[in-house]
Amino acid sequence: MTHIQDTLAALTAKFGEPKAGAALEAVTEFRGETTLVVARASLLDVLRFLKETPELGFTFLAYLSAWDDWPNEPRFNVCYQLRNLTLSSNLRVKVLVPGDDPVLPTVIGVHINANWYERELWDMFGLKITGHPDLRRILMPEDWEGHPLRRDYPLGYEEVEFTFNFEEIEKKKPYAKN
Amino acid sequence: MGLEQKLGNMGVVTTTLETAINWGRTNAMWPMLFGLACCAMEMISTVMPNNDLSRFGMELMRASPRQSDLMIVAGRVSRKMAPVLRRLYDQMPDPKWVIAMGDCASCGGIFNNYAIVQGVDEVVPVDVYVAGCPPRPEALLNGILTLHEKVKQEKLKDWA
Repeated sequence: MTHIQDTLAALTAKFGEPKAGAALEAVTEFRGETTLVVARASLLDVLRFLKETPELGFTFLAYLSAWDDWPNEPRFNVCYQLRNLTLSSNLRVKVLVPGDDPVLPTVIGVHINANWYERELWDMFGLKITGHPDLRRILMPEDWEGHPLRRDYPLGYEEVEFTFNFEEIEKKKPYAKN
Repeated sequence: MGLEQKLGNMGVVTTTLETAINWGRTNAMWPMLFGLACCAMEMISTVMPNNDLSRFGMELMRASPRQSDLMIVAGRVSRKMAPVLRRLYDQMPDPKWVIAMGDCASCGGIFNNYAIVQGVDEVVPVDVYVAGCPPRPEALLNGILTLHEKVKQEKLKDWA
């Protein structure tokens, strides 16, 4: 058995069989990458179990990001990419967050480097991270309105110029003075 | 050079004050040292010996805005960077000029999105636009020479 299979067996023994509504919602594998979908309420327990059980040893949070599946629900797919540094195995833990309740618990208590990643989640997707010590924007200016990586956020702020609307756009364009 | 024939016995050249000042301004125009994106690579190679910007008295890239006359905006300006750019422009002493180098600085280029300013002329007044993605060093030199032509035509009565 590979390390990932051992891990899944240990998780099943601890949290029960993966099914909808349970702590572990689903396990999928695609081209050698394993994705584990967990319920939002049991995210912290799963991450802590994966990190602190010595034979599992997923001690490193390699990346934390999300994407927006709008208009489908649940809308936000948040991915925690975990890595076992001694055995070089990877596991993706995914949490589905609904659009009308974009709240997620912080995982700083388990993985300290999640701090800035979670600020990015707040900045780009507007996910409210509960328990985060310093939830400010990290990429966009502080006075920015909206969360740009949401798919219902408008893409650009200037129309594409063609010959027929050139003058119209030119009139609206703000030119700087000396 | 043929110039000495015009000197006469007294070693004096007569010209207008306008011409003399404009000549001085064009031949010691110090650009500001900053690049924002890939256009900066072409700006660097413009300064390097193959293209040699110092032929035009511009080899001094000043790291301080208070010592520079020319701002070459080399690259795309994000909306977070725009206030910084304007602040640098405000700190430059008069007279000052701006070259928007490349498509992104001129009109946003390929980045028509929420994060990039659609042309730095929204933030600072631009004198010369240089097209290209990125422009070759020759194109930037052409833009600089175009700016020199513009500066040489400035009139004394407009300075006040």
